[in-house]
Amino acid sequence: MFDSLSSRFDDIFTRLRNRGRLSDKQVDEVLREIRLALLEADVSLRVVKAFVADVRERAQGAEIHKSLSPAQQVIKIVNEALIGVLGGEAKGLVPVDAPPRVILMAGLQGSGKTTAAAKLAKHLRGKGRRPLLAACDLRRPAATSQLQLLGEQAGVPVHAEPGATDAPAVARRALEEAHAENLTDVIVDTSGRMHVDPELMAELGAVARAVEPHETLLVCDAMTGQDAVNVAEAFLEEVEVTGVVLTKLDGDARGGAALSMSYVTGCPVKFAGVGEKLDDLEPFHPDRMASRILGMGDVLTLIEKAEEAFEADQARRLEERLRKAEFTFEDFLEQMQAVKKMGPLSQVLGMLPGMGKLPIGDANLDATMPRVEAIIRSMTPRERNDPSILNGSRRARIARGSGTSVQEVNRLIKQFEQVRKLMRQMSGGKGRARAVPGLRLPPGIGS
Amino acid sequence: MITAVVFAVVAVAIVVGLIVAFVTTTRARSRQLGLEEDAEGRVVEPEGRGGVNVEPEGRGGVIAPPAAEPPAAPSAAPPVEVPEAVRPALRDRLARSRRFLAGRVRDALGAGLDDDAWDDLEAALIQADTGVGTATAVVSEVRAEARAAGVTDVDGIRTLMAQRLLARFAADAPRALTIGPPPSVWLVVGVNGTGKTTTIGKIAADQAARGRRVVMAAADTFRAAADEQLEAWARRAGAELVKHRPGADPGAVAFDALAHARARGHDLLIVDTAGRLHTKVPLMDELAKIRRVVEKEGRVDEVLLVLDATAGQNGLAQARSFAAATGVTGVVLTKLDGTAKGGIAVAVEQELGIPIKLIGVGEGLGDLEPFEPRRFVEALLG
Repeated sequence: MFDSLSSRFDDIFTRLRNRGRLSDKQVDEVLREIRLALLEADVSLRVVKAFVADVRERAQGAEIHKSLSPAQQVIKIVNEALIGVLGGEAKGLVPVDAPPRVILMAGLQGSGKTTAAAKLAKHLRGKGRRPLLAACDLRRPAATSQLQLLGEQAGVPVHAEPGATDAPAVARRALEEAHAENLTDVIVDTSGRMHVDPELMAELGAVARAVEPHETLLVCDAMTGQDAVNVAEAFLEEVEVTGVVLTKLDGDARGGAALSMSYVTGCPVKFAGVGEKLDDLEPFHPDRMASRILGMGDVLTLIEKAEEAFEADQARRLEERLRKAEFTFEDFLEQMQAVKKMGPLSQVLGMLPGMGKLPIGDANLDATMPRVEAIIRSMTPRERNDPSILNGSRRARIARGSGTSVQEVNRLIKQFEQVRKLMRQMSGGKGRARAVPGLRLPPGIGS
Repeated sequence: MITAVVFAVVAVAIVVGLIVAFVTTTRARSRQLGLEEDAEGRVVEPEGRGGVNVEPEGRGGVIAPPAAEPPAAPSAAPPVEVPEAVRPALRDRLARSRRFLAGRVRDALGAGLDDDAWDDLEAALIQADTGVGTATAVVSEVRAEARAAGVTDVDGIRTLMAQRLLARFAADAPRALTIGPPPSVWLVVGVNGTGKTTTIGKIAADQAARGRRVVMAAADTFRAAADEQLEAWARRAGAELVKHRPGADPGAVAFDALAHARARGHDLLIVDTAGRLHTKVPLMDELAKIRRVVEKEGRVDEVLLVLDATAGQNGLAQARSFAAATGVTGVVLTKLDGTAKGGIAVAVEQELGIPIKLIGVGEGLGDLEPFEPRRFVEALLG
């Protein structure tokens, strides 16, 4: 994930940073780089072309802000264009006057429709609504039982007719049940289908006509490649798509499909699946996605996660220590525990801006954490609080105790000293986080 | 509070920075010394999902199809290469992509070989999900060759492109599935929704048709009703199924299935695993554990990674992670019956050296074909 879009934009903008004004040729070069970067992020080529043209237009028509450098202006324009395509503000489901609201889930096989349907049901139930799940995937073996089990877990009733073969009829009866039971939403799960399968696409159209959905959500795997445009177009021909659900966003996919899908359907991404539990459905934030794509890091999400992981007084104590530049291995250990709670280190790292350039290659950060931890835990409390007493024999003991080598212990101590030095500089107000190779802090932080 | 959060973020940056610096210097050092990488200390305890492992008391037991069961004498034969079943359908199924690229080549060259034409060729490859790197490399190679050989016609350029793409697949890669003395164990892995269970159904049917006695292990104990789905495929394919309760330890399911296969003299055990994102360390560790558990009592002959042809560049990251966790021996490229071209397969084979072995071209029992680089490339280019 480190060779991602972020590093490309970083390269472009680093070059831009040193320039006062941009010539047309330079703009072309930047746009070419942006094009390549988006392609590498799996944005469909057609969308990339249109997007780049849009950015060019905005760049040419843009007012010159005296307060912004050319680099900042380009970032601003690209960012705005990305957010524009992704759907602007975070959007929820359409409100309806007369319940039940009918929500149709459509998508390719394996995109995560059934799981997304159950997550959505739980999400609505959490908001005090009374949804019904309708099991209209009659093709995949055991799809009905899967939805029944998930419905049970979510505490949501499921309309299922095991053995039925007429999907539109099942959908219609589910709607009748919702009316009879006075429920507020019906979420219709349909079979996954290849968009080139005319028979199945016609069936989807028939289900849609049978229940006349208020909301038709196209479920799309965040890992989808160039094919996203073809898929979106084929579904648009059969049903009136009103929104996109992006699933499996908790992986390291760069999410280009989100851009493609939004662009082709003209619909916003409304929800994102971010995990395997039924609670792991979030409203989609176009601005965050844009900064993720732009390589400005996902600082907002990072802060949210940090808030969850660090207790308030712990954070205050930490702040104190950082201010006084009294940072010890003990503190570091405490931080490591908190950071661990935020998820895999590699993932957290991806949210930090400017991390694309770190020369770590395929090194497995998450496998290294326990090693570092073992070294620190093999120190005595006195050693942790005062690393200066770590002489050769202590280091040898620590290496034995942690199952590592003296060289590794030495390296850790050396890196730790560098960080302390860096913190002294920071708390002294001079210089920024340049001492750790490759580490750059988010704008506005650490100064 | 805001400053506190800011400092927490700084703390994260520091922790992250420290560990990154540690890793970097470790790597630099071991490179200097010419040493093997040692930073992969895998101390992490596999956590599994949800944490609770159901006690094995209430096992689901074995579902047997109505098949007769003469215990096959365990032969000590060396691994046998499975002969491939050739079906003529690939070309038809890939007709769309063929027309697509062929059209692109013709369009691009219609106006003569200017820069735009070459850009269009590159774009065509990118749209087939080969990735910008592969596309650029192929086009620049073809461009140089075309110039050197004075090739300017559509057919000539297409032939060169086919050659350059084909060169990225190893000619001598083992593409047949390996089956050793019974019971042979095949592990099927992949991210969520790529078609693992369906693929297992197809493989089992194919193997059963060759007269092998097949048992499946429902080691996807996480997804709701995954075992029922596999059961339906087992019935269709004429295979037996070993399953536990939902939430049971997947390693235990595989282990029991192996004991069952051995006791009944089955030729082949196919283990279905839960889909997992390749970025989730504990889940990848769990997969490594399933393999270790099986290898305590038996032999894993194949670890098949199921890749979705609609996946883009992320497919490479998936293959890399799964290969690191379980030693993938081959790739099954699924959903090639849509408009997706599966171009990422080129990079997976070239960069990771993992052979593509099978392709999935539909939802029927018979919609599984051996992967043939020549036909794959021809189908791409027309």
